Amino acid sequence: MTAALMSALPALPALPASVGFETTVPGAAFAPVPVAYSAVAPMLIVVGTALVGVLVEAFAPRAVRHTVQVGLALAGLVAAFLVLVLVSVDDQAVTAGGSIVIDGPALFMQGTLLLFGVLGVLTMSERFGGRSADAFTPMGAATPGSPAEAAADRAGFATSEAFPLTMFAMFGMLMFVASNDLITMFVALEILSLPLYVLTGLARRRRLLSQEASLKYFLLGAFSSAFFLFGAALLYGYAGSSDLGAIAQAISASNGDLEGLLLPGVVLTLVGLLFKVGAVPFHSWTPDAYQGAPTPVTGFMAAATKLAAFGALLRLAYVGVEGSRLEWRLGVATVAVLTMVVGAVLSVTQTDVKRLLAYSSVAHAGFILVGVLAYDRTGVSGVMFYLVAYGLATIAAFAIVSLVRSGGSEATHLSQWAGLGRRHPVVAGIFALLLLAFAGIPLTSGFTAKFAAFAPAVAHGGLAGVVMVVVGVLASAVTAFVYFRIIVLMYFTEPTGDDVAALTPSVASTVAITVGVIATVVLGIVPGPVLDLAGRVSQFLQ
Amino acid sequence: MNDLPLLTIMMVVPLVGAAVIALLPAGSARLARPIALGTSLVTLALALVAWARFDSGSSERYQLTETHSWIPQFGVSYAVGVDGIALSLIVMAAILTPVCLLAAWNDLEGTPDGDDPKRTKTYFALMLTLLTFMVGVFAARDVFLFYVFFEAMLIPVYFLIGLFGGPRRQYAAVKFILFSLAGGLIMLVAVIALYIYGPGGEQGFLYEVLEGNVGGSTAAQRWMFIGFFIALAIKAPMWPVHTWLPDAAAEARPATAVLLVGVLDKVGTFGMIRFCLGFFPEASKWATPVVITLAVISILYGALLAIGSRDIMRLIAFTSISHFGFIVLGIFAMTSTAGNGSALYMINHGFSTAGLFLLAGFLIARHGSQRLADYGGWQRVTPVLAGTFLVAGLSSLALPGLSSYVSEFLVLAGTFQRYPWVAAISTLGIVLAALYILLMYKRVFTGPRPTFSDAGSGVTAPRDLGLRERIVVVPIIASFLVLGIYPKPVLDLVSPAVQQTLQLVGVSDPAPTNATGSAQ
Repeated sequence: MTAALMSALPALPALPASVGFETTVPGAAFAPVPVAYSAVAPMLIVVGTALVGVLVEAFAPRAVRHTVQVGLALAGLVAAFLVLVLVSVDDQAVTAGGSIVIDGPALFMQGTLLLFGVLGVLTMSERFGGRSADAFTPMGAATPGSPAEAAADRAGFATSEAFPLTMFAMFGMLMFVASNDLITMFVALEILSLPLYVLTGLARRRRLLSQEASLKYFLLGAFSSAFFLFGAALLYGYAGSSDLGAIAQAISASNGDLEGLLLPGVVLTLVGLLFKVGAVPFHSWTPDAYQGAPTPVTGFMAAATKLAAFGALLRLAYVGVEGSRLEWRLGVATVAVLTMVVGAVLSVTQTDVKRLLAYSSVAHAGFILVGVLAYDRTGVSGVMFYLVAYGLATIAAFAIVSLVRSGGSEATHLSQWAGLGRRHPVVAGIFALLLLAFAGIPLTSGFTAKFAAFAPAVAHGGLAGVVMVVVGVLASAVTAFVYFRIIVLMYFTEPTGDDVAALTPSVASTVAITVGVIATVVLGIVPGPVLDLAGRVSQFLQ
Repeated sequence: MNDLPLLTIMMVVPLVGAAVIALLPAGSARLARPIALGTSLVTLALALVAWARFDSGSSERYQLTETHSWIPQFGVSYAVGVDGIALSLIVMAAILTPVCLLAAWNDLEGTPDGDDPKRTKTYFALMLTLLTFMVGVFAARDVFLFYVFFEAMLIPVYFLIGLFGGPRRQYAAVKFILFSLAGGLIMLVAVIALYIYGPGGEQGFLYEVLEGNVGGSTAAQRWMFIGFFIALAIKAPMWPVHTWLPDAAAEARPATAVLLVGVLDKVGTFGMIRFCLGFFPEASKWATPVVITLAVISILYGALLAIGSRDIMRLIAFTSISHFGFIVLGIFAMTSTAGNGSALYMINHGFSTAGLFLLAGFLIARHGSQRLADYGGWQRVTPVLAGTFLVAGLSSLALPGLSSYVSEFLVLAGTFQRYPWVAAISTLGIVLAALYILLMYKRVFTGPRPTFSDAGSGVTAPRDLGLRERIVVVPIIASFLVLGIYPKPVLDLVSPAVQQTLQLVGVSDPAPTNATGSAQ
């Protein structure tokens, strides 16, 4: 149907004469589009590393596969980061025929994503002395609890393909935040989502739960992709181009024709993106996926997917459909309010640490949406700062969750965390610090981030902005109750009879956790440099 | 004059002490207490130096200032500096902290897991951290910095209550943190709005930049006032948001309760002078009827609750609610007499509460019960304890010659100038104060000598105050007498700041009521 609509459109007489790449004269000879390779080099490096990773999986002996994969992924990510910082920053451009734009926000978010990627791979590589990554099942295809699975485990199988999958997802995310075109955005969305669906189903323990989570995530994700695609088609119908700049022009030059396509198109594309950020009412996959996925993957997903989705959302909202914002702003504001309230209230009732963090991530998505709706450059920089602060703390928090074990498997039930502060003061202390950051207590990154996201909303958001901020702080108070309850549990409550202990992490996880903790403190006490950077690069190229 | 960053040093010293204590190896954990005491005494010495350097006659309101850019993107500076009110509160905090540390010396022994040296370390390190934040919150000269200290302060208090309190300490700690956080977050909205409606710029949060320069419509200013006032009223605490205080005070260790009620809650009234009056003069005048009504209700209701209380610690907490009512009344009466009275009252209340809480703590440590009904006739067993407790109580009920009398008189006299009826009703609070203090004294200390030795159980009668406890009591009693007989040094210190605040509000003292013509 979409295809039919697209092919029918050029026949319509009332199309605005737009400059988009897609609307050039049919039948013109294929001409290669120029690509600014230095600008897109980080993405190419990441996808190249992912492809090499597939070959490693096929050819490297099993004994060294884990080490090679981890080393390769890290090398690729670091190389991409270095290229980004040293080369790409000087070569900002709209490139690849207008479908990719490398501008300030894109570079900032790509750099952050690569950093999240490094930390994510470090936590995923945790072996706890075993032969393969501790978080992943030895054989994803085996029926949970079946003899095949046990045999795979005995034979020392490992799903080290998790690392190339992560790299593919990373490639999709890098493209997602830089896509200047609805089609590219959709392709990026799929590239980032599909590997994550697979990764979600690869947990070593509680296999059934993991597979269920994977299936739910996939089904609902496919739905949201369909929404996005349908919306993109309608916008194409409206503007005659899927290019964001062309859509913006079409909106500003609108003479009222085809107006009926605009709002549904915007709403449907936004639904697709709001699903990915986990906004209410499109959040229902979040707790299941977060709980079922291998814990380091959850951390990576929570940090990176959220950032990528907000990157795309910012670009769509600020570059593409900004002109029509008065028509849908109130709707998104309602979504933001609902997201904050539902996320905060439901997190109160959770008894599982991972589900609790999932609902808190929903609430955080609401806080970030408040910043998005400020419609000002300061809002963009506030949102980007929030995403950095939240992501770094989240990866560290899930890494901590994966350390706390009872009888070999993760002790995720809250009651099992009772008295952890007595026996493992360092682990509990770090987790408490991260919780304080989530709660937005001053001198942690969470407070600076909330300030950065809320201040533009009050300054530029009008009455709706102020209302959202008031709801936001009240929701923060509710979530603070939740976080303090965990602190109470860890420090003030007598341990239960369960044999719960925190494992000693390897160097890799330790590095990831340390980076998260240092960032949480530094961004709380001296946020100036990062805020400054986010502020300088907050202008979108059109 | 400000070559030496005195206020910053005062914040760093306790923090360093806390870090040293936290890093002590388990073997030398018993050093925690002397290190903590020494550190707090150094801070006290620094506070006295600051007092000596402070020039009350100067036209500069904020002195000992330091200003450094911190987060220019938000208009935030690391700016400290004190006026007379802030300095007097800092000195009070610096005096009370070593007193509390000494009072809590053996506090953790005798509790179920009290012999754990790690707990002692934690307790004393947290107390020192709290001292840093207490100095910071009063010394801040930037609203954002104030807010940071205001919120960060909750964390050590939360752990002090939750880790070291009575049987219902978890409930009390969570209730405390929820009330405070809810208020603080509402204030955050007002803080953000303040920057936006203020002059802005890279130092847009400095007090002197904001004072008199907050723009925005009348409605916006009133909303911002409400945002600040709710948070500060929770902190103060005023009726009807006072309910966290009795729980927190009753469950916390006496020394924690002293710092909580005696110093931290002053942030509420201090903030009302600084922010509510200083930044939103019009809105303050608009809100005065409501605020004064709440203050009067607090005075009377707090006193009635105290009379009805059966728990010594809760009783003292309720008396504080009544006293905070007087302080708020004096602030919003907006006369220089009442303002001076309130500023002085903040100091006096700190000491008299400290006396009551610590002596009650000594009493409870001897008998293991907080219930009034479990006592009786103790002046025959512990005469010194009874005598000092009576003095602290008399100071609390504003007996002439003791410190609270001066401040309560000034508040009522100043209020009378503008609102005679309010002052008249509030005077009832003094009558009720005599009732709750003397009733408490009667129930605990008078009566026949109690029997302690159940046949053969080997329980001996409790001893009277020991040397350490007497040392604790001396500075507190001394403050009652000094400030009661010669309050001039403190009044000289605070009155310029009070005057400047009233100028910001734009009110002058009403003419004396007996004058026939216009006196001013």
